[in-house]
Amino acid sequence: MSEFLNFHFDVDGDNFVSAGQASVQMKKNMRQLGLSPEIIRKVSIAMYEGEINMVIHAHGGAADVNVYEDRIEIILDDKGPGIKDIDLAMQEGYSTANDHVRALGFGAGMGLPNMKRYTDDTQIETVVGEGTKITMIVYLG
Amino acid sequence: MTAESLAAKHGFKVLAMPDPDRTVKGCYIGDLLSWVMGRARQDNAWITIMSNINIAAVAALSDVSLVILAEDVQPDENVLNTAKAKNVNIVCSPLPAYETAVRITSDV
Repeated sequence: MSEFLNFHFDVDGDNFVSAGQASVQMKKNMRQLGLSPEIIRKVSIAMYEGEINMVIHAHGGAADVNVYEDRIEIILDDKGPGIKDIDLAMQEGYSTANDHVRALGFGAGMGLPNMKRYTDDTQIETVVGEGTKITMIVYLG
Repeated sequence: MTAESLAAKHGFKVLAMPDPDRTVKGCYIGDLLSWVMGRARQDNAWITIMSNINIAAVAALSDVSLVILAEDVQPDENVLNTAKAKNVNIVCSPLPAYETAVRITSDV
């Protein structure tokens, strides 16, 4: 395996006040690494959507970002309820978020679609009742 | 036009201006955060009536240059402290979102 930098974040569940902290920190890290603004934007948006999903649906989880020479890999792992119907969840506008979450401006049904749109590859492994692991890749250059 | 100049020209109340020289280009209006994340462009002014803490993170991550809270919406102190820490400019407009956008259109 080639050399890579790992950034690990624990995402606090049900805490909408600090939601996005991991993504904001990762954005700073990417700036320090000198990555291009476009790459930083893509990774930040995809990671934020994943982070918010973990807060809304899964009581938190773990986010790992691995920076390789040619790509950035974002791995989001939670022990939440899993996704019952991935095809439905991938549709723009579909959301199972509750009214409280919607009142905060979330629950637009754009989380997974945005993650797919802003990354070059998105893999979702999910087991209902056990959890979800999402692996996203953004290629550099 | 810079964020600071735009606010001054149109009489928007400055709530947080940690990055006054940031150039504002274009505008996006929206309140659903994922929608804004996906559609707003870098350096846009983002006009919204959403005023909770999450707007600071969304503004920082989507690289908008200025958040304009329409209809005199007031965020709490926590939002402004977070915005300052994240280098996010926030101002407040007494006008509705559409009228705010119309007013700034020739400057952005």
